[in-house]
Amino acid sequence: MFQFLLRRIGLIIPTFIGVTIAAFAFIRVLPGDPVELMAGERGVSPERHAALMKQFGYDRPIWEQYLDYFFSALQGDLGNSLVTKKPVWDEFFTLFPATLELSICAIIFAVFIGVPAGIYAATRRGSWPDQAIMGTALVGYSMPIFWWGLLLIILFSGTLGWTPVSGRISLLYFFKPVTGFMLIDSLLSGQKGAFSSAVSHLILPTIVLGTIPLAVVARQTRSAMLEVLSEDYVRTARAKGMSPMRVVGVHALRNAMIPVITTIGLQVGVLLAGAILTETIFSWPGIGKWMVDSIFRRDYPSVQGGLLMIAVIVMTVNLIVDLLYGLVNPRIRHVR
Amino acid sequence: MSDQAIETSSDTRATGLRADLQEFWHYFSENRGAVIGMWFFIFVCLVALLADLIAPHGATAQYRDALLTPPVWQEGGDWRFLLGTDAVGRDMLSRLIHGSRYSLFVGCIVVVGAMAVGVTVGLVAGFVGGAVDTLIMRLMDIILSFPSLLLALVLVAILGPSLTNAMIAIAIVQQPHYVRLTRAAVLGERNKDYVTAARVAGVRPLRLMFHTILPNCMAPLIVQAALSFSTAILDAAALGFLGMGAQPPTPEWGTMLAEAREFILRAWWVVTLPGLAILLTVLAINLMGDGLRDALDPKLKRS
Amino acid sequence: MTNTKLLMVTLLGATMLASGAAHSKTLVYCSEGSPEGFDPAPFTAGTTFDASSKPLYNRLVEFKRGTSEVIPGLAESWEVSSDGLEYTFKLRKGVKFQTTDFFTPSRDFNADDVVFSFERQLKKDHPWNQYTAGIAWEYFDGMSMPDLLKSVEKVDDNTVKFVLNRPEAPMIANLAMDFASIMSAEYAAKLEADGKKELLNQQPVGTGPFKFVAYQKDAVIRYAAHEGYWAGKQPIDDLVFAITTDASVRQQKLKAGECHVAPYPNPADLADLKADPNLQVMEQEGLNVGYLAYNSLVAPFDKPEVRKALNMAINKQSILDAVFQGAGKEAKNPIPPTMWSYNTSVNDDPYDPEAAKKMLEAAGVKDLKMKIWAMPVQRPYNPNARRMAELIQSDFSKIGVGVEIVSYEWGEYLKLSKAKDRDGAVLLGWTGDNGDPDNFLAVLLGCDAVGGSNRAQWCNKDFEALVQKAKTVSDKAERTKLYEDAQVVFKREAPWATIAHSVVFMPMSKKVSGYVMDPLGGHWFDGVDLAE
Repeated sequence: MFQFLLRRIGLIIPTFIGVTIAAFAFIRVLPGDPVELMAGERGVSPERHAALMKQFGYDRPIWEQYLDYFFSALQGDLGNSLVTKKPVWDEFFTLFPATLELSICAIIFAVFIGVPAGIYAATRRGSWPDQAIMGTALVGYSMPIFWWGLLLIILFSGTLGWTPVSGRISLLYFFKPVTGFMLIDSLLSGQKGAFSSAVSHLILPTIVLGTIPLAVVARQTRSAMLEVLSEDYVRTARAKGMSPMRVVGVHALRNAMIPVITTIGLQVGVLLAGAILTETIFSWPGIGKWMVDSIFRRDYPSVQGGLLMIAVIVMTVNLIVDLLYGLVNPRIRHVR
Repeated sequence: MSDQAIETSSDTRATGLRADLQEFWHYFSENRGAVIGMWFFIFVCLVALLADLIAPHGATAQYRDALLTPPVWQEGGDWRFLLGTDAVGRDMLSRLIHGSRYSLFVGCIVVVGAMAVGVTVGLVAGFVGGAVDTLIMRLMDIILSFPSLLLALVLVAILGPSLTNAMIAIAIVQQPHYVRLTRAAVLGERNKDYVTAARVAGVRPLRLMFHTILPNCMAPLIVQAALSFSTAILDAAALGFLGMGAQPPTPEWGTMLAEAREFILRAWWVVTLPGLAILLTVLAINLMGDGLRDALDPKLKRS
Repeated sequence: MTNTKLLMVTLLGATMLASGAAHSKTLVYCSEGSPEGFDPAPFTAGTTFDASSKPLYNRLVEFKRGTSEVIPGLAESWEVSSDGLEYTFKLRKGVKFQTTDFFTPSRDFNADDVVFSFERQLKKDHPWNQYTAGIAWEYFDGMSMPDLLKSVEKVDDNTVKFVLNRPEAPMIANLAMDFASIMSAEYAAKLEADGKKELLNQQPVGTGPFKFVAYQKDAVIRYAAHEGYWAGKQPIDDLVFAITTDASVRQQKLKAGECHVAPYPNPADLADLKADPNLQVMEQEGLNVGYLAYNSLVAPFDKPEVRKALNMAINKQSILDAVFQGAGKEAKNPIPPTMWSYNTSVNDDPYDPEAAKKMLEAAGVKDLKMKIWAMPVQRPYNPNARRMAELIQSDFSKIGVGVEIVSYEWGEYLKLSKAKDRDGAVLLGWTGDNGDPDNFLAVLLGCDAVGGSNRAQWCNKDFEALVQKAKTVSDKAERTKLYEDAQVVFKREAPWATIAHSVVFMPMSKKVSGYVMDPLGGHWFDGVDLAE
């Protein structure tokens, strides 16, 4: 196991270096001129333009800029945002809890509905509830979530007026962030109604972001269950007269959970991509929206830093999933 | 595509082709959803092909006397515009019909592009092995470390917002999946008897790669192709929605949706219809993809 | 979910202890974006100014609310020397800086604060010139202040003298602009001593009507009324900016009562908003112009008659309907009608495709193909450049001119469109900075600006002479005459197709009173009250 761990971590180092090169290179070839953009319709003189390029360090040789970037990044210095002039690292971690909170809620939503639905469908294979569940899951899986979000806003916020339109909590409540998670902070603040306000703000974004993972989890659970249910030991258990509930609940579920957990781990990338759209629609102050804004504003250091941080998160989660997988399923360690 | 795959896989036993096809169709048609999906997909393809004939108006023709006309069944509707008009008086139905071309086009180009590159690279990685393999797989790891939509977004920002660039970006983001699949399949097949036999018989490496090994890894690739076809349509629409895909006045569905966003409160049809078109098309392809997987995947066939 | 439920139970005790906050008047403004920072001087975005210079700071002189007329602010009065080179300001006494969690001022506002506020922008070696990485004094530089301003001197505690290098009539108006906001030199000294200079941009202290409380990035900014404000405490107690970037969402929130004021509505939603019994919609013409600039250096657009013919082919009314959805006015002059010296007697080129076709033929232009550049961004003077370009494309096709629409990323667009050999006509516009016609006519059409902000690359002797003369004259009546003549020359030569001036709408709850729209496009909340 230890060797497997070492080998797996060894693989991550070249990938990490590759990712820094990629994040750096992408941004350096972006067309458009940050100085022009800052000046807007007003424009800048060629002299001032040159001076500003120098001030931002865009006039040095590219490899020098890269090495500088790489070693600063290792120390957690991702440069300063061109727009707010604040460190990108700080900006990222100010906004990250919002995305994390939303993602966790979306995953919980997906798992708590998706797993039971998948199990139920598997045990009733071929019946109309199975077909209905799988049909719905496929619709969810095919959903353009940016459109889905708009529809939900029209219906629940516009027509019915049940949920707030956007934001993380009603503005009536004001407290200093402690954890950055609105659900927890609202409880810690002790203000009456703050928590339920935070919850009501979370509902629609959670549904929108959770829709695709929900569909994937339901489908994956069903097929994993079907596979396990057809295994010999389950048939034996069944033949021995074990109650169906017990068969499903004890034997099948435990084994079927391995691929399901992997699937959930692999949804992190999907979630972060979905966060871009969800946060844009709901004005959710997280990193997805921040990335889109930064791309449009040509805020080079922010896009660079954001790309790098997001890639590192995805890599880390993948590593953890792999390690867990290796832990529960020893065969993996030898195959690789 | 599937026919072709089966054809090449059995070129040594041509008589088996008919039987294979029949078997495939047997399993495929068992899945009612897949068949419905297929018919709907064929319908969309026909609409796209015949767009110029069946669309009642031009996709960019503006009727300035009819801005934001609702669909016919609603008060204020106009029989000239069955599904209403948008903010500059363009017929929604015609735009949706023409839009099908862009979505299918995006899907096809992305799948073909990503598959051609991905399969070749995957074959090379699996077949050559060693340092080349390591390098390729690390490169793929790097690409896969970025969430696909984010990577596509940044790539389009680099290349400049347009449908072509969106397609390139999406193809780049998708090809690692083909590389991994192909490589895994090649590694699985490489040491099998028939490959060893062919190699001993002096078959050249290129021929060995494309003629002997590839046909035998076709099934998962076809399933992946269906999957990436629908993902490509969704991603292109998402990029269009963020203003980084097809540019107006192109009647691409995601772009139409982005343009229509400001009318969300006033004109439901300009917001709802393009999204519905995306959903239905993607759903049909996914239904078909499920059917293909069931019919082609021998492991599931058994159960 | 179960976990949070558990937490809720365990923390119920804490919840019970919470005392209801004292009832106070809170005005919520759904702002359209996040501020770049809270020091207004390094930035240029109106969104930043709405959140920084307007609530938090004052300037020596201010624009009288609702106009572009300059009135005393922190300076009670001023004198200009006869050569136009020295401006002496008498400062207001007893002006208090805000007391916040992070700073308690020990003295009133004085001349040191004024000197500090300008010298940090003027002097490259000033310790605050580069107080945080990558800072640049965009507006100060953009208004040519480094060339213009020789020095800012303290005469005594309550007197400051500005010395200029050359006479410049719009100088006083410049000092009412956001970059000229007065900072606290004492607070800066404290930050410098603490080694936390960058906080000047994050935890602001000024003399303005509201004081800064907290900013949650991309979500909420909170202010409270400044108790010691020299012009009296504000009627509202708290001011909250809820950052809501999406226009549809802003309108939804306004209708749902989640905010009291929400700027920049979708034109499409206006009818709906006006019909809402709980809302009122204010409107005003914006101080801006949207135009199509031909490249007057490239044939056949070097001929005024070709440009005029194309202008006559544009159906402006249909652009106002489809692009502005009624939130615009046809433009005939390069300056907006709310600006002084606007020449009402100028006649616009009539919409007449037939005549336009004949004029093109007479000019010997056949089968003309051209590009039209459409901006990728939304601007008040052009809410949808793409759509506008499409409409012009179909208008031009009626007179046999083929149009290809091109677009670039915004930074690129601004840069490429400056090129003297640019291929095609550019859609662009301008929003006034200080309400002075010079800020439009010289900046956008002057000879110095060719290859820069003069996108028509148009340099006309007559026009240039008039505009340059107006810069040096301080008599307003005389300047007005010069600018009126310049507009006549402009219309004769037609370097642009003047398309529209936007009409700015400001929807707000009927509970809000005392709000005055700013022709310069800012959003001010001093003097605003909220009914219970």
